Amino acid sequence: MTNIISALSLWIIPVLISLIIVFAIWNRVPVYETFVEGAKDGFQTAVQIIPHLVGMMVAITIFRESGALQMLTQFLNPFFTLMHFPTEVFPLAMLRPISGTGALALTTDLIANYGPDSFIGRLASTMQGSTDTTLYIATVYFGAVGIKKIGYAVKVGLLADLVGIIASIIVVTFYFT
Amino acid sequence: MVNWIWLLLIIIGIATAAFNGNIELINHAVFEGAKTGVTISFGLISILVFWLGIMRIAEEAGLLKWISRLLQPIVQWLFPEVPKNHPALGYIISNMTANLFGLGNAATPMGIKAMQELQQLNPYKEKATPAMSTFLVLNTSSITIIPTTVISIRMTYHSASPTEIVGTTILATLFSTLTAILLDRWFRYR
Repeated sequence: MTNIISALSLWIIPVLISLIIVFAIWNRVPVYETFVEGAKDGFQTAVQIIPHLVGMMVAITIFRESGALQMLTQFLNPFFTLMHFPTEVFPLAMLRPISGTGALALTTDLIANYGPDSFIGRLASTMQGSTDTTLYIATVYFGAVGIKKIGYAVKVGLLADLVGIIASIIVVTFYFT
Repeated sequence: MVNWIWLLLIIIGIATAAFNGNIELINHAVFEGAKTGVTISFGLISILVFWLGIMRIAEEAGLLKWISRLLQPIVQWLFPEVPKNHPALGYIISNMTANLFGLGNAATPMGIKAMQELQQLNPYKEKATPAMSTFLVLNTSSITIIPTTVISIRMTYHSASPTEIVGTTILATLFSTLTAILLDRWFRYR
């Protein structure tokens, strides 16, 4: 199983690229010129995202570095212990929607400290894999096209994260016992 | 919503640091955060340039249309306001496929391209359309089959079975994605 999956993730990008190019040549598309034409937009798009990302990253870093995130975690701790929420994973659950690199660092830390095959290790792995950095994705995707009024999308995204986190706990608990 | 999240993150952060007598942390955080934002954007340049080039080839060759026709029923149901055979559909499907395989690097450029195509259908350029919201929540709920990064971390720490979490991840993702779709529907037709 492990071998198949790691082979698949190694091969998929080379295979995809070859398929696209060969199929295009077969359909008489001038592949190189078309590539350059499409690639031109890449730089401008990345530059357009900068103000959005800088704004969001400063806010997130302030919240995390100031100790506010830690305080919130401690404040909510008794409540979650009461609900049988494993407290070790709680900071990860809080950080996951707002900071991708932060969550990845925490997941690595939890796996390193508790072992990948412990309950905490499995739960952290599942949480990390099954939710995504909602705030980052919203910033990048809406920022790239200049959307300022985002409506309900972030609300729905955060609620879905919450469900994903609760589902992770339930699924891991039942699956591995 | 984002206005409030932004304001709260900053104000609560500054207040906490002030209360704890660590106000110097904020000066450091402002600098570090801004740097992280720029670093991420610059890191995106390489993959954006490359994948947008490759995807243009796929579009010109008619591959995107072919894929979107194949998955027409699902996509049509999720994005009823996007016209049939619109290029946005092809990019949306490419983005979702890349996400399924845990290829975040390839998924982001395709997602951005999909957003740009959806923006062309948008009558109010600064306001997100329902189709954009649906697409965003599908992405934030992370439809993953193979969580490659997590598997590689588990391998690094000598897990007896690095892939044993694939099943639980798919199940948990299923719940969060279903919630995202249902909530999106609810807000859309409210």
